[in-house]
Amino acid sequence: MSTEGWEIVIGLEVHCELQTATKLFCGCRNAFGDEPNTNICPVCLGLPGSLPVLNVKAVEIAMSIGTALNCEVRPSLFHRKNYFYPDMPKDYQVSQYDEPINVQGWLELPEGERVGIERAHMEEDTGKTSHIGGGGRIHDADHALVDYNRAGVPLVEIVSAPDMRSAAQARRYVEELRAILVAVGASDGRMEEGSLRVDANVSVRRAGTYELGTRCEIKNLNSLRSLGRAIEHEADRQVSLLESGERVLQQTRHWDEESARTVALRSKEEAFDYRYFPEPDLVPLAPDPGWQAEVAARIPAMPAERRKKLVDLLGVGAPNDAQADQISTVVTLGLDRLVVAATGAGVEIGLALARSANEAAADPERAREVDPSAYAALLRMEQDGKLSATQAKAVLADLLQNGGHPADIARRKGFEALGADTVAAAVAQVIAAHPAEWERFRQGEDKLQGLFTGEVMKATKGKADGKVVAAELRRLRA
Amino acid sequence: MSEDASAIAAAVRSGEASASEVLERHLSAIEQHDGELHAFLTVLADSAREEAREIDRRVAAGEDPGPLAGVPVALKDNLCTRGVPTTCASRILEGWCPPYDATVVRRLRAAGAVVVGKTNLDEFAMGSSTENSAFGPTRNPHDPGRVPGGSSGGSAAAVAAGLVPVALGSDTGGSIRQPAALCGVVGMKPTYGTVSRYGLVAFASSLDQIGPFASSVADAVALFEAIGGHDPCDSTSLERPASMSLGRLGDGVVGLRVGVVAELLDGVDPAVAKRVREAAEVLAAAGASVEECSIPEVAYALPAYYLLAPAEASSNLARYDGVRYGLRVDASSAEAMNGATRAKGFGPEVKRRIMLGTYALSAGYYDAYYGQAQKVRTLIIEAFKRAYENADVLLGATTPTTAFEIGSKVDDPLAMYLSDVCTVPSNLSGDPAITVPFGTDDLGLPVGVQVLAPALQETTMFQAATVVEDAAPPVPTPRIGADATDGGERAAGGERAAGGRGR
Amino acid sequence: MAGDEDISGAGARLTREDAAYVARLARIDLTDEELDLYAGQLAAVLEHAAQVAALATAGVEPPAHPLPLRNVLRDDEVRPSLDREEVLGQAPAVEDGRFSVPPILGEVP
Repeated sequence: MSTEGWEIVIGLEVHCELQTATKLFCGCRNAFGDEPNTNICPVCLGLPGSLPVLNVKAVEIAMSIGTALNCEVRPSLFHRKNYFYPDMPKDYQVSQYDEPINVQGWLELPEGERVGIERAHMEEDTGKTSHIGGGGRIHDADHALVDYNRAGVPLVEIVSAPDMRSAAQARRYVEELRAILVAVGASDGRMEEGSLRVDANVSVRRAGTYELGTRCEIKNLNSLRSLGRAIEHEADRQVSLLESGERVLQQTRHWDEESARTVALRSKEEAFDYRYFPEPDLVPLAPDPGWQAEVAARIPAMPAERRKKLVDLLGVGAPNDAQADQISTVVTLGLDRLVVAATGAGVEIGLALARSANEAAADPERAREVDPSAYAALLRMEQDGKLSATQAKAVLADLLQNGGHPADIARRKGFEALGADTVAAAVAQVIAAHPAEWERFRQGEDKLQGLFTGEVMKATKGKADGKVVAAELRRLRA
Repeated sequence: MSEDASAIAAAVRSGEASASEVLERHLSAIEQHDGELHAFLTVLADSAREEAREIDRRVAAGEDPGPLAGVPVALKDNLCTRGVPTTCASRILEGWCPPYDATVVRRLRAAGAVVVGKTNLDEFAMGSSTENSAFGPTRNPHDPGRVPGGSSGGSAAAVAAGLVPVALGSDTGGSIRQPAALCGVVGMKPTYGTVSRYGLVAFASSLDQIGPFASSVADAVALFEAIGGHDPCDSTSLERPASMSLGRLGDGVVGLRVGVVAELLDGVDPAVAKRVREAAEVLAAAGASVEECSIPEVAYALPAYYLLAPAEASSNLARYDGVRYGLRVDASSAEAMNGATRAKGFGPEVKRRIMLGTYALSAGYYDAYYGQAQKVRTLIIEAFKRAYENADVLLGATTPTTAFEIGSKVDDPLAMYLSDVCTVPSNLSGDPAITVPFGTDDLGLPVGVQVLAPALQETTMFQAATVVEDAAPPVPTPRIGADATDGGERAAGGERAAGGRGR
Repeated sequence: MAGDEDISGAGARLTREDAAYVARLARIDLTDEELDLYAGQLAAVLEHAAQVAALATAGVEPPAHPLPLRNVLRDDEVRPSLDREEVLGQAPAVEDGRFSVPPILGEVP
């Protein structure tokens, strides 16, 4: 199904669970995976007589998010959003309505496009419902069980402007937003665990027109892949309808991963009446400029800035795709400071990027803990020929596991780079053992270089430096 | 006829009286009279005895038992008491025992008071007669065929009948002051925010306040001091204002500017209005400068209240859905269970107010009803501020009539709502107000006179109230209740020592 | 239901259908008799309450709060939670440490 001639318009609503120690309005633990209903109190259970008290850390994180997204951080109110559902302890959700804390910001994607951020407001999370019986399908369930551990967990809901035009762009938006949320310390970014939830608003319009078409809200997107597939499917569905003369109904639709399609839940033609009114149990929030400045000062460099720094270090103007990928990986995983430390110690940027985007990235948690000067020293050793690439990778693995200093690790492992004579002798031996292949290599079968390099590595137990071996082979071949 | 709480505390603290004996007297009065009165929903004889024993032990060990040591106190049944049923006089919470205590309950216990029981109320505090209780009405001790007022009718009646010296109630539109006036006792609504609402089952969050019932202003003050003050569990809680020490109650009112509010006399029973004017004269005679004043916006307080309070209530009561606690009516779906549970568990007045509130908040009507009522509230707040530029306290009736007959208004909700016309303005403004018994009407039914003050000016309010109280004609012995130890009417003002009741 | 409108006299127009809609929103099952009774009573109260329309409120801000308080906050410190057994002991139906309810037909509104 083609959407040629049509423009897809996408806005995303991202709910981010904040990494606070306690819930938004009470001192219960904010933790994932505890025994059901063990982190509850009168407040988050909504018991009669209970009252909310706002968590200062949640407010600071919300302000940080707003600042990082270039929003205006302003005085705000909490409102009650009234509706019934068993996972809602009070049968209203305390949220923010027409006076939210952050408004009118923007997010810059790696390729430079800006997506508008309409608002990023605070609200409390609900409990979790499990539908029992009926094979796990909601509609055939026999009954439901509710756990309120998650009820009251602080959320920030980030609503983008409908500025995205493709599923791929939407994915990049979420990736970039996630990186920002992780960088700011707001979230652990785990979509699979539900600490980051995405709903997509999708509509279509004829290319070249400006009026927005009717949009549908897509829910149940548990991964970036689902997000992308759902948007594309939904756009196709809407174009199909419109091209056959029907109209798109404003609906909430559920993405079904198994059947790879969106399914209508309810029609939003009759919008639910939430009867918002200001929360009388809370007083207005009005962070003074001093507090705002303090919070802003504590925000670390954002991914866009950090990527730019690496691009500048590359010094090539615009990085090629492979370089851009490496830069993106390294920044997303928080390993850019390793690259910066290494280049600062004289390591060539290409090597620094390669090792960081590959070997270090294999264990990002440990890599983030590694001492940057030890890391830099290791890469220098490789660059200066004191360690072969293979040896350097082994030392790095050890460094990540156990810390320490690369020189000591290398010594302990008995690594010394082999002298050029030793390498030449090993190469000569391997050539002598494979005369037929050597002749073919000399005649131009370049891919046999791998065979010879591999054999030399085997013979030297990995101590030969690949670059030295390659140079020797070239010399002998010529 | 109530014993004096301050006297009890003094006697227990000094070892002169034992908390256990004081308690037994009151428990036996309850046993004797509450069958007819029906002020109590739960009597906590066993735990009260334990508490009293503990007080006596502390006194004997030389430890400080607290400023209200041994004082028996009753709690309106919308105040959470851990492990003890807190029903709000509703079937939907019948048998529910909260897993926590309200802050005021903790503070009372810390002050040495002995919690004797939970009192009857209009369901979820919605009403002016206690006839909306799911467990039957409470009777007015002065005339059992009449209502004690509401919603805190049980607490008012318990104090008026001498079953306890003091009690706590809650006041959202007059629910402490109105029953206090109808039962002939002192009742006070503090400045909004001075008493923590944590543990008070919410009716209308921006209006609810907890306050004391007592037979004297001094006792009301003692209770207010014990329960008031900032609470980190309540975001709408204020720091305690400059202490209202009992010693200052006798300061008098020389030079005090008193405004008699025309709108708080408008449409009021002549017998009631007469008493208010007499109280005004008492204040004038004591050196206050008394003038008539008018606050026209007050006339809009009742209509605004009957939009704002039900709106907040409709949201506060949404949580009673059969899922986590309380009544559940089984059904084939959670949604059906919800609707059926609330249909069975709520009484008609509660349903009416939830409907009213839901309507006032609904899309298309929010601006005209709730939004407009909020703005009117601002105008009322400002109007009172202007009035207090020319007056230190205001005076008016507490209720438009004395106690009406049981059953006479239940079928006419609007007529019932009009009972709140003199009390509701203070809930909207958030300012404090107190009712002091001041004589009776021709049928011998008690009349209350209301003193109002600006926010956080309880001291001034108490001083004026004390002067009124000292000159008040005696309140008759109620027909239901503990026999007075001095066998008759209350001591007339002049015989009372400043700040307390001499006996 | 109708859109924003002049509310004086609105109460008199409160029909049984209006009352039924409100009852559904409020999640209370009412019989037809109750709906008629409440529609009438609500109409009377709304007429009385509509008096608020008479006061000129152009330019008046709703009181954000009766109190002058702002920024009431608490530290992000863990406090003891409730004992699960005490809480579940008060629940109408429990299974596996969770609150049990009949099947939920609708989605989150």
